[in-house]
Amino acid sequence: MKNKYSIFSLIKNAFSQHENWKQAWGSPEPKKEYDAVIVGGGGHGLATAYYLAKKHNMKNIAVLEKGWIGGGNTGRNTTIIRSNYLWDASAGLYDHALKIWENLSQELNYNIMFSQRGVMNLAHNLQDVRDLKRRTHANRLNGIDAVWLDTKQVKEFCPIINTSPDIRYPVLGGTLQRRAGTARHDAVAWGYARGADAMGVDIIQNCEVKGIKRNGDQVEGLETTKGFIKTKKIGVVAAGHSSVIANMAGLKLPLESKPLQALVSEPVKPIIDTVVMSNAVHAYVSQSDKGELVIGAGTDAYISYTQRGSHDVVEGTLKAILELYPIFSRMKMLRQWGGIVDICPDASPIISKTNIKGLYFNCGWGTGGFKATPGSGDLFAHTIANDEPHKLNAAFNLNRFVSGDLVDEHGAAAVAH
Amino acid sequence: MFIINCPYCGERDQSEFSCGGEAHIVRPKQPTELSDDEWAEYLFMRKNIKGVQFERWNHAHGCRKWFNMVRDTSNDKIHAVYKMGEKPPVI
Repeated sequence: MKNKYSIFSLIKNAFSQHENWKQAWGSPEPKKEYDAVIVGGGGHGLATAYYLAKKHNMKNIAVLEKGWIGGGNTGRNTTIIRSNYLWDASAGLYDHALKIWENLSQELNYNIMFSQRGVMNLAHNLQDVRDLKRRTHANRLNGIDAVWLDTKQVKEFCPIINTSPDIRYPVLGGTLQRRAGTARHDAVAWGYARGADAMGVDIIQNCEVKGIKRNGDQVEGLETTKGFIKTKKIGVVAAGHSSVIANMAGLKLPLESKPLQALVSEPVKPIIDTVVMSNAVHAYVSQSDKGELVIGAGTDAYISYTQRGSHDVVEGTLKAILELYPIFSRMKMLRQWGGIVDICPDASPIISKTNIKGLYFNCGWGTGGFKATPGSGDLFAHTIANDEPHKLNAAFNLNRFVSGDLVDEHGAAAVAH
Repeated sequence: MFIINCPYCGERDQSEFSCGGEAHIVRPKQPTELSDDEWAEYLFMRKNIKGVQFERWNHAHGCRKWFNMVRDTSNDKIHAVYKMGEKPPVI
């Protein structure tokens, strides 16, 4: 690595007023031809390029990004990481990612501020209690840490929650995954970009894909705003815009793109040291290291690429937040934004080959892709390099919509999608 | 969030409506003869267009009637609203 970050490099650069740090990654012009091209420079795309170079020795590769690195959903999510999914296939996928998260700062030599502060999921009615208890048992059978907390234990773990029995949706208990937590989302994209760049990957920003050239059933290259790029392997990791790219190749995907919103408050002193999610009232909250409350809302219930989100959705979320945390009643919200998420009918992702040779899709992460970033990149790199899925992403193929072997995480995944 | 001109009730807030997704997907005439691929195409595969899209909406918290709408999904601008069974307008 050109510029290894350490306490010594920090001290050394202090003597030159920190003016001589080298750029973390370059801005090359695209070459005429690559062995593989990744479309989308978010966390998942950059991680894919990183693992292609690191584990599969593919160095002549490029990542194309129409905007800037990490400016899409990587920089728009609420940074929550957990792996307490119900089904075996999902548990395998998300816990694979969580295990990589645990050592990622060291591996990338980049502080991604991974914080295992725990994620608590609340139950508000008898069915929630049954579902969440069932999920803790399923998690533990899959080797994923999960405990059930009763109302008193919920209050002890997070004292600012209103556990009074007379609220509209009383807290009847909750599950806790202690290994879960948060990470700094921008740093994840930057860390992977720096790591990939150091191994020779070309990261090309402000380069939008305009078309995919095919020769029969084999891809031949990409039309981009920076000219034609020849390649035999294209990995598309375009999140909300996956269908747009698929349509260029004459392919339809089982996806609908919808705006998902989040918002942050003014910064305050530490008040909540964990992540609390609630399925029934659809509200989740954590506190960033800067002190802002980070609040996630739901999706708009219609297809849109507007990156805004509707006011009534935010209003509903904040009503739920205020009932659960009366202490926040006078907090001011600073910023609100939307990102476009691509949702599969079974609320599980697609990491798959297609019936076009050399065209691979990693999409359908819906409302919960950030937590999977390292695992998704690792498994997608394996799929592209070997033209075969890894056993951990075999269930997440496109063909499941034909065979009917869906991974139905709707409602099973601890939050509503 | 936007205002929708329901063909039965007039202008109402979007939050009164629910979206039924892509319009004019014809239900197979001979379901028993369909292959798995054809079922997947009918049930799951969608154009998910960024731009002008034809879609179905229901005035769920109003007259509860279904109708069609032409909307640009890149800016949420509504181009046309028409009743079920009517010919789609040319946009």
